[in-house]
Amino acid sequence: MDFVQNFPFFSIVVSLFSGAVCSVLNGKAARAINRVVLSAVMVLSAATLVFTLQTGESYTYKMGHFPAPFGNEIRAGVLESALALFFCFIMLFSLWGGRKHIEEEVEADKLNYYYILTNMMLCSLLAIIYTNDLFTAYVFVEINTISACGLIMIRQTGRTIEAAVRYMIMSLLGSGLLLMGLCMLYDLTGHLLMENIREAVVLLHASGRYQVPLTITIGLMTVGLAIKSALFPFHTWVPDAYGYSTASSAAILSSLVSKGYIFLLIKIIYRVIGFEVFGDSKINNILFVFGLAGMIFGSLSAIKEDDIRRMVAFSSVAQIGYIYMGIGMGTQAGMAAAVFHIFSHAATKALLFIAGVGLTDVSGQSKRFADLKGSAYRNKIAGAAFGAGALSMVGVPLFSGFISKLLFSQAAVLNHGKMLPALIALAVSTVLNAIYFMKTVIRIYRPMETDYEVRTFGRQKLFAVSCICLVALNVLLGTMSQFLVDLIGKGLEMFA
Amino acid sequence: MKKDKFFAWLDGEEDLYTGNVEVKPQEEHEVPKELLMERMRENKRLSERVNDVEHNREYRFFKHLYRILAVDFGILLILLLLLAVSFLPPVGHAANPDNNEVSARYIEKGLQETGAVNIVTGMILDYRAFDTLGESHVLFVAAVTVFVLLRAGKGRQEENDRIYEPKNDTILQKAAFVLVPMIMIFGIYVILNGHLSPGGGFSGGAIIGSGLILYLNAFGFAKTERFFTEKTYKRVCLFSLAFYCLAKSYSFYTGANDIHSAIPLGTPGAILSSGLILPLNICVGLVVACTMYAFYALFRKGGF
Repeated sequence: MDFVQNFPFFSIVVSLFSGAVCSVLNGKAARAINRVVLSAVMVLSAATLVFTLQTGESYTYKMGHFPAPFGNEIRAGVLESALALFFCFIMLFSLWGGRKHIEEEVEADKLNYYYILTNMMLCSLLAIIYTNDLFTAYVFVEINTISACGLIMIRQTGRTIEAAVRYMIMSLLGSGLLLMGLCMLYDLTGHLLMENIREAVVLLHASGRYQVPLTITIGLMTVGLAIKSALFPFHTWVPDAYGYSTASSAAILSSLVSKGYIFLLIKIIYRVIGFEVFGDSKINNILFVFGLAGMIFGSLSAIKEDDIRRMVAFSSVAQIGYIYMGIGMGTQAGMAAAVFHIFSHAATKALLFIAGVGLTDVSGQSKRFADLKGSAYRNKIAGAAFGAGALSMVGVPLFSGFISKLLFSQAAVLNHGKMLPALIALAVSTVLNAIYFMKTVIRIYRPMETDYEVRTFGRQKLFAVSCICLVALNVLLGTMSQFLVDLIGKGLEMFA
Repeated sequence: MKKDKFFAWLDGEEDLYTGNVEVKPQEEHEVPKELLMERMRENKRLSERVNDVEHNREYRFFKHLYRILAVDFGILLILLLLLAVSFLPPVGHAANPDNNEVSARYIEKGLQETGAVNIVTGMILDYRAFDTLGESHVLFVAAVTVFVLLRAGKGRQEENDRIYEPKNDTILQKAAFVLVPMIMIFGIYVILNGHLSPGGGFSGGAIIGSGLILYLNAFGFAKTERFFTEKTYKRVCLFSLAFYCLAKSYSFYTGANDIHSAIPLGTPGAILSSGLILPLNICVGLVVACTMYAFYALFRKGGF
């Protein structure tokens, strides 16, 4: 076995270990550790990605001395390591971009807790990405839920505590459904490792035994993860949780946490239930319908908002709808488009939250559009970054959002029954996106009549650097998408 | 003749508590009248101006619909789950899918492969140790989140403490004097014998944690802080989690790379046996005990 194959395991353990270490450090040292861990995991994931690309196949990694059905296992393929690398990158720049706010909004003696929570969040995301065992996934979903709650309420105002309670209730409902589904699946198959479950499920499906509980189990797990990732009718916790928490938390929650759950769902579809069995259960039709509804209603709610952060949060609901529409198409092309949109939306949403906070900074911390008038002139970098993010969300060529819309429509055209509704919803949703994002961009670029103070690069170096990097990532995804599309195709093949 | 204290208490002439127990009587929770009026005004404004309940038919419709849908959804979920359960394999049937080679190997080879007489401990700390590693960090991250939520500044802690609870309650102190050592010893026994008999880190740690809480209730923070402060909590937690993480990483690494692990399994049944399971049980026990105590202290006064 090559030494590189240990790297996924190393990255999980390093982030887990750093969480405990940060508890005895002060805020500054914890921050330094967090940065070191993020960079280390980035390097490790990149090495794994290169390795899996070279060998062209995925590999499983035994966690302990016991082989497949008896002990725990993790598994690394192209898609897993690429997503891990990407998540670290986004998390690093989300934390950098909002660092000034973290230090202002979190009490000084609780600062190290913020970095404990981000380290644990990183660890749980990595474990969810890499795991090959359904119960391990559940354990780390728990860590993910609790640390997300902490990240929301560490800025202690009434609104964040209310948002955290809401998030906790909804998220625990999702975890509960997932756990129930998992228990029933264990009862039906007698396994917890993904491959063994799939073998048993395929046999059950062919023999027709336990058809009813199997379908209900698939439904429970899907709905549980859909609640946790804020699919349309379960999205009510989103605006408060993203709107009032500190900017970095909002960026991490919207671009990484919900994506982690969606990735887990995709993994379950491919590796636990099996793509064909999942298709036969017809649950993807339900996901498709709710995805379409989310695309429209999320955007409609965003149009009505008068608060820039809440508007961006509602736009997340719409974008999650896109991803579920892709999953719901029930074809490989749809799934590939959904996975591409996971990447594209993660890059764009983090950028929008970070750039948004730069705009509110120069408007006296007000998030209302009336006060944001002309803010792009007061903070040119934030304005340009927000504009780039908005263009990407609307789907203008050269930005990543365009490629995902293109992939979605290609997938829709290839799909017989769902072509028309998918294309109509895509068109309507794009127009709605354009309405509220372009409205915002026009507002922030309104020429100022009075004199104003300009916030220059020198006064916000970290913020500017992270904005520029996220914009660059967006453009990179938009212009050189073929590499990522091929990579996703390979990764999904490795899943089967 | 002067009555005996006991008979005086029996006849209701003397209350043993008065003057002997330091307790701040519970004050009735009073809301200032102005605040109450303000709230009522706000509620009225909310329903009249914001929601316009009188004329807003949409709002009323939505409110009704919401209630109906909520109840319907609950009933639907219950029925669905009952339906699923009725189709599941019967409990304890020999031909059930979960009676497969996995459980067979745990039962037949568990002792030989893990060295633990208690198969459950062998399963959670050796076969599926990665899950348990995650599980102990769930406790850690939960404690961190409660710290974030409840830790009060230094000045406010004393003010928060024991508003409603008696201080220096003799009965409690005498009972704790007898019980706490026994509870502690029992907890330690459960942890140390986790690989030999039912029990282990989670249950033993919970027992020790409850012993600590009882001690704290009887004797107060001043006494517990002589041996258990926030610093102790952090150090113990860090030590146990770090040891757990490193020890298990070694075992995962050797296992995955097929290197011979240098940890001996020992003779099954002896107290020093079954490789890493005993030290890991101790670590889990310490984390659980500390977390329980920390939760209690945080909920009681917002700190140690």
